[in-house]
Parts: sequence; C-alpha cells; structure tokens
Amino acid sequence: MEKLITILFIYILVDNFVLQRFFGICPFLGVSRKMETAMGMGMAVVFVITISTLVTWLIHYYVLVPLGIEFLQLVTFILVIAGMVQLVETFLRKASPTLYQGLGIYLPLITTNCAVLAVALLAVRQEFTLLESVVFGIAASLGFWMALVIMSGIRERLELSKVPAPLQGTAITLITASILSLAFMGFRGMMTL
Amino acid sequence: MNGKLVISSSPHVRTIQSVQSIMIDVLIALGPVALVAVLLFGKQALITMAVGMGAAMLTEALWLRRWNIFGDGSAAVTGLLLAMTLPANVPWWIPVIGAAAAIIIGKQLYGGIGQNIFNPALVGRAILVFSWGSRLSGKIWPVPKPFHFFADISAVTTATPLAGEAEAMEVSLSQLLIGNMAGCLGETSAIALIFGAFWLFYKGHIDWRIPGGYLATVWIMGTLLGGGIYINPYMTGLFHLLTGGVLLGALFMATDMVTSPVTPSGKLIFGVGCGLITMLIRLYGAYPEGVTFAILTMNALTPLIDKFTIPRKFGEVKRLVRP
Repeated sequence: MEKLITILFIYILVDNFVLQRFFGICPFLGVSRKMETAMGMGMAVVFVITISTLVTWLIHYYVLVPLGIEFLQLVTFILVIAGMVQLVETFLRKASPTLYQGLGIYLPLITTNCAVLAVALLAVRQEFTLLESVVFGIAASLGFWMALVIMSGIRERLELSKVPAPLQGTAITLITASILSLAFMGFRGMMTL
Repeated sequence: MNGKLVISSSPHVRTIQSVQSIMIDVLIALGPVALVAVLLFGKQALITMAVGMGAAMLTEALWLRRWNIFGDGSAAVTGLLLAMTLPANVPWWIPVIGAAAAIIIGKQLYGGIGQNIFNPALVGRAILVFSWGSRLSGKIWPVPKPFHFFADISAVTTATPLAGEAEAMEVSLSQLLIGNMAGCLGETSAIALIFGAFWLFYKGHIDWRIPGGYLATVWIMGTLLGGGIYINPYMTGLFHLLTGGVLLGALFMATDMVTSPVTPSGKLIFGVGCGLITMLIRLYGAYPEGVTFAILTMNALTPLIDKFTIPRKFGEVKRLVRP
C-alpha cells in the first residue's frame, strides 16, 4: 500500500511525465490553448494510459513471456494503444461531439503520444506488479493532465499579454514550460521507490 | 475645477499612484534590509546588490531601447530582490547573468511589466540555482562580520541553520531575529524584513492574506512536523519562519501584484499553497530551501486560482439546473 502511494506521489509531482521527463510534449503544446479541451484531452489520456497499461502488462506476462517472444513487445504494445485510442474516439464522437471537434487531430494522435507507450514500457521494465502498473499508469496520466491544465490556465492569460510577435504561440509555451519545469525540479528527491 | 462642466467617460476617480511610485515604495521598503545586509556582510554585499540592480536596469533599457535607465523602477526592484537571494561571496558575473535572465526571460519575453506569469527575480534565481548551484546553495556559506565594511567575508564559512549541520547548531533566537548568521544577503534579518514590510502594508501595496497564509502554514507545519535544530516544537515552528527565505519570499516576492491572484480567497489559497510546498521541500526534498520553487509553482497556478475563486456578486445565487 505504501509503495502504491509512493508511486502515485512520485509520478504526479516529483517525476512528472511532461515537466521532468519531457514525454508527450506535442499534445501538451497542441491542446493547451483552452482549458475545456485540456480537460477533455487529459481525461482521454488518463483513460487510454490506464487501460493500455493494464492490457499491455497482461499481454507481456501471459502471452509474450511464456511464448518467449518478448522482442514483439514494441509492436504489440503499439497495437493495443492504437486500439484503445480508436475506442475512445468512437465513444467521444457519439458522447461529446463538441469535445471531439475541439480535440481535432490530437485525439487520434494520442496513439503517437510517447507518454502512453513510455508508461507501458516502463511499467514492464521496472518490474511493477499488475496493481502497481495500473497505479503507475494513473499517476503518470494524472501528472500529464495536471501539467496540461496548468498550462492551459497560463495560456488563456497569455492571450491577453503582448508577447513579442516571433514568440507567440508555441515558442512562449515552450519557454513557460521550461520555467515550470525548473520550478518542479524543486520536488526532486522527495520520495524514492 | 474652474467651473466648467467636465464630460468624460469612466473612470472618474483616478489614483495618484503610478507604477513608478509603487516601485519606489518597494525600494524604500527594501532599504532597511539592504542596510542590514551591508552592515553584516560589508562591501561584498554592497557590490552584489549594486551590480544586480545595475544589470537589471541596463538590460531592460537596452531591450526597450530607451535612454531612461531607471524607467518605471520595476527593473531596479527585480535586480535588488534577485541580489538579496544570493550569498554575499558570489562572483560579480552571477548577479549580472541572473538579472539579465530575470528581465529578458522572466519579464520581457512575456510582453513586459504587468504581463509576466512568473516572478522575474525568482526566474533569474531558479536559472542561477540550476546553472551554478554549488555557488548559490551549497553547504558552505560566508559568516557575517558585522561592522567590518572592508573585511573579506569569504574567509570564514559555515553551514546555514537550514542545512541542519552540527556546526550550525548554536544559532540563538536573537541571532535569527537580527540576522547575524550565515545565509543569503536579504534573508537573514527578520527584523529588517518585517520593518520594511510595514511600509508596504501602510501604503496598501500588499494584502495580509498572502503573507498571512504563507507564514501561518509554515509555522503550523514546522510545529507539527519538526525538522531543524530545536527540540521544543514551538521553537521549531519559529525556526522555520525565521531561517532561509521564507520572510523575504512571503513579504516581498509572493505578494508581487502581477503574479499573484487578485481575488481575496485566491490570495489566501496562494499563500497557503506557497507555505505547503516550501515546507514539503524543506522537510522531504533534496534541497534545503524551497521558497523559490514554491512561489514559482504557485505563480503557475495563479490563473487557475483566479478562475475558480471569482467572488459571487452581491445578490447572485447559484445557477439553477435547467430542466
């Protein structure tokens, strides 16, 4: 139980996937312009990461390892993730067409969100148990969500400020992300696995 | 008024305050702190602060291509605050790089005064900490030599009380209050900081909620969770208040009008959040001090806090759920 809480804490704050490990930067830049889409994207990523980590863990330990075909890890994991994203996309198109429109191209692009594959691979590499992998997935994706929402708040405010023309949009977002990353480095060493 | 009917659109009542007058007030409030720093650390303190202010003002003047070096005074405040977060024995180029980074990356890239997301001085400090960390927040700090203006203070060094080293054990309460201990220029003397902050309170530039929430949280967490060099829990709470950059941060940096929330409850949340993160980093993190990171993190959350704490208008009721 203690280890689960540690995992949760570490991968939300200390080792944040976006701000400390720099995974998933493209959706972080792409959909952080408005808070609504950031919330929706965050929720979609939490769902995809959690479920795909669960499924890939099961596949790795019950299919790949017994058959001795671990070298297919990358291919199978990507396949699982792509399937998950399809599921989310179909669901969102029916359930919330506005959000579907807002997310646009970034929704199918969750497939290529490196954070998703990274969580699945790291869960196996760090030899987490099934429960730990799922908590790891939840923590990493909540960390992603948090970074996305913080950034969307900042960007909504930046809309009103006179950022020099060459830096508007992506450039100032990256600069802001780097300062945010500096601030989050202060959490380093707070807990270790 | 010479009897004419003046027709104008709102606002009809204007304040005589300007950005410049506020910044001069902040400089006045920082006066006692700077004075104590020079008394304690001698000429090196004076050099560091002068270089910090000068570099900040020069950078801003060059960036904006204007001849008026002082301008609205905000660059001078940023440079001075940055210098106050540095130890006395840093080489001259550290405040220069820090001030330039603070002004350009922290402020001008966001569109200049009033539009920055993060406190510029702290952005400069964070960049310095991660670039030349051993010179800024190492275990070795110069010991102050009060009233010896020309003394070479880097000769005798010790650990700061926060590092919790055995040699720093004998710091008394009066030392904590007056500031006769190892530490950064502007953060050792509690009395000078509080004295300066009274001027800002009197002028109405800062609200009690941010420093209040910040300091109360630090005190409560220090009392409950311990850490530091005292055994008595009440002294430990006080110890956490008086050491490191908490007072400087809570009174002068977290209260920055641009980068802190505008709503009353938002200010309280901001202060409590700063205190919480500071104490988490102090007690459990890898760094001995967390004020810089705490305030920067809360700066990033400010737009969200503002958004969710908009006060209810008089007479407004919660929107009913539509059938």
